[in-house]
Amino acid sequence: MTSTTSSTRRSFSFPLELQIEPRTDSPRWLAPLVSFVAVLLALVMGAVVLALVGGNPFRAYAHIAGAAFGSLGVFSDTLVKATPLIFTGTACAVAFKMKLWNIGAEGQFFMGALGASIVILAGVVSEDASKVVTLAVMAIAGALFGAAWGFIPGILKARLGVNEIITTLMLNYIAFALVNYFIFGVWSEGGFQMTRTFQRAAWFPRLSDLADQFPIMRGLTTHAGFIFAVVVAIIAWYILFRSLWGYEIRLIGDNPRAAKYAGIKITRNTVLVLMLSGRIAGLGGMSEISGVIHRLQGSISPGYGFTGIIIAWLAKLNPLLVIPVSILFGGLILAGREIQPAGVPRLIQGIILFMLIASEVFLRYRVRLVRRTA
Amino acid sequence: MDNLVEMKGITKRFPGVIANEDVDFELRRGEIHALLGENGAGKSTLMTVLAGLYRPEAGTVFVRGNPASFNSPRDAIDLGIGMIHQHFTLIQSQTVTENILLGLDEPRFLMRLSHYDKQMEHIGDQFGLQVTPDAKIWQLSVGEQQRVEILKMLYRGVEVLIMDEPTSVLAPQEIDELFKTLRSMIAEGKSIVFISHKLHEVMSIADRITILRQGKVTAAGIEPAATSKAELANLMVGRKVFFDLEVGASEPGEVVLELQGVSAENDRRLPALRGVDLKVRSGEIVGVAGVAGNGQSELGEIITGLRKCTSGHILINGNEITNRSARTSIDFGVAHIPEDRTHVGTAPNLSITDNLIMKKYRDPPLAKRASLDRDAAQDMAQGLKDEYTILAPSIETPTRMLSGGNLQRVILAREISSEPTLLIAMQPTRGLDVGAIEGVQRLLLEQREAGSAILLVSEELEEILILADRIVVIYEGEIVADGVEPDPAKIGLLMTGGSGEPDAERVA
Repeated sequence: MTSTTSSTRRSFSFPLELQIEPRTDSPRWLAPLVSFVAVLLALVMGAVVLALVGGNPFRAYAHIAGAAFGSLGVFSDTLVKATPLIFTGTACAVAFKMKLWNIGAEGQFFMGALGASIVILAGVVSEDASKVVTLAVMAIAGALFGAAWGFIPGILKARLGVNEIITTLMLNYIAFALVNYFIFGVWSEGGFQMTRTFQRAAWFPRLSDLADQFPIMRGLTTHAGFIFAVVVAIIAWYILFRSLWGYEIRLIGDNPRAAKYAGIKITRNTVLVLMLSGRIAGLGGMSEISGVIHRLQGSISPGYGFTGIIIAWLAKLNPLLVIPVSILFGGLILAGREIQPAGVPRLIQGIILFMLIASEVFLRYRVRLVRRTA
Repeated sequence: MDNLVEMKGITKRFPGVIANEDVDFELRRGEIHALLGENGAGKSTLMTVLAGLYRPEAGTVFVRGNPASFNSPRDAIDLGIGMIHQHFTLIQSQTVTENILLGLDEPRFLMRLSHYDKQMEHIGDQFGLQVTPDAKIWQLSVGEQQRVEILKMLYRGVEVLIMDEPTSVLAPQEIDELFKTLRSMIAEGKSIVFISHKLHEVMSIADRITILRQGKVTAAGIEPAATSKAELANLMVGRKVFFDLEVGASEPGEVVLELQGVSAENDRRLPALRGVDLKVRSGEIVGVAGVAGNGQSELGEIITGLRKCTSGHILINGNEITNRSARTSIDFGVAHIPEDRTHVGTAPNLSITDNLIMKKYRDPPLAKRASLDRDAAQDMAQGLKDEYTILAPSIETPTRMLSGGNLQRVILAREISSEPTLLIAMQPTRGLDVGAIEGVQRLLLEQREAGSAILLVSEELEEILILADRIVVIYEGEIVADGVEPDPAKIGLLMTGGSGEPDAERVA
């Protein structure tokens, strides 16, 4: 009796069913094609949303492109926005490669900025010191402070198995509070929540500094931090994909049990990789205050550390790909100020990310629609 | 006879494997029917079909004489069939009663837990299952958690209870408790399918036994009284087609591996090895025979530095390596063909090259200061791919795309090319097809000729009989026999806890 109910139920079922099988092959062209189609679909979906709210999607896209890449001037601004993203994106990529979910790049970025500021404001280097010395000491301090903010979650995870997602997230707030303590109290300039402006020796050179020799560079804000960021990304790529240590990181990330079997120490690498990740994000903080802000203040980042997470994923955890993705995102951030409502570029960012992550399934599985068999 | 459940001609395929091929199975009302077979024989797959989780490619399930088709476990439960999986599906932070009620239509909105607590206690008493309804799951022992799972099924009015390897997670006294419960359930008119690969348990609890080997039934519904452990072992392990391997006499040299009174615990902190003494000389293959789960995995892991010993000493060429690291074992020339190829032996998303250099990347020519010489790595990988005929589009192919046999070749290529002083081969041919098995066995023999000491752990008795120069038998973490004569009947008895004497006389 019961069996008849179940068979009647089946006669209502949909005649087609999705069949999902693991792929046994993956041609070289598949990954780029899938990503490309995903981005295309995301733009189409974004256009639909724009049209639904009464906008003209083509004009909106054209405007975004123009506002971010339309002239040398705005492109230079895009690169300025991309610079911190390259740092935080690379920082996340390095940690994620070992499946360490460092979502504390934001805090490490702030700590890097704090470390670099201490060098100036506590007089670690004298005001007369040369630019090279000043910047070098600032970079070292930024890296150390960022690394310390990676060491804490690293050692907690390695020794006690504390979840790094929680610790890195919570350390963000500690970093914000620490920076606030200094800018509201110790180094407050005339009661404002910011420090004094740093001496010129602590500024990264800008393209506009060369305007005397090359008039075309007048007003271009791109600073040496961009070059620094690219170099750091390349070094990170070399470490991950060409060094013995990077091999260990990738092996642990893919299969920790296999890594253990190969005699690799996972706890030690947990600490070291989180420190490396924090160090890179910290350098980003140093670069931002040295290249753009020239002082320590509360609003040095509109969430670069969190955007870095997205960028790392979009770049498939490859630091070299982090560079173009960051430039794209820098453009979107810049365009966000131009476009009303400002949420649109963010919306597009979100949809692109969603589609790219969802598209992974097509790389690993063959998905087919088949007729249901009896 | 009253067949409550009949499965006819069940075939279930997974990509690249046939888990069940034309399998028939019958379950009578009020019996404990044991489903016996090696790991990977298709026991769990067959029962997940019955429990409505998998849909078979072919075959029909009849329940109380009517054909039934399941789209979900819920359909199966509606027909009174429930399965308890090896890994429990309980919410740790909730109480026993909450877990049992989870997913049911009643209670609707208000939980009225105390009301249901009483019901749970009542059912528990009825079947001799002691539980504390308001205890949280995390406070319970594994045995108690299992009782909650059973209660969950009973509360859903299940008539047929399928238990997948229920004893594998239990301590001995917990097993006795479980058996009592199962008997009281039978007395109440329930029927039970008991999946296991442990012969003695099956002999003591089952009313009837069905044996699966490589997805096919080798014996259906035999009664324990009409058979013997040796016969069951034979039906379970079977005799595979083996090729003419030329196995010459060995010339054992120096002692390479020596274990002195080694004890160790398993992941559940229960004793897994009890005072194991063992010697393996260079140029000989020592075969460890035993039914799965008697400490073989732990034996492999302590020698390769992946598990700590609680006592005893492990020496390699006279050097103490007890409780050092995996790295130490590797540095002393211990190669390891792990049991679990995908989860331990390889990194599935990395390329064949990256998988082949796993043990050698620290040393020149692959290592150049802190960098990895990619050209050298690729040269080595290409060489090994050709030499060991690894079939793959290229050395950049991720190993997850390889078949079982090719994956094993990657591991063998890596381990054997290191010219090990000691080779630990854990189930090296499990799940491989006949051709691949022959290839693996030839490699092991070649390695013996090359002077390695080889410890071969296999559930395939036939394989051990052919390859091993000396056979030891492991049972419940102890070496119960060292250097036994290659007599399957005698070894079969030793493997299942017998003395090995009476049967041996009969065969002789």
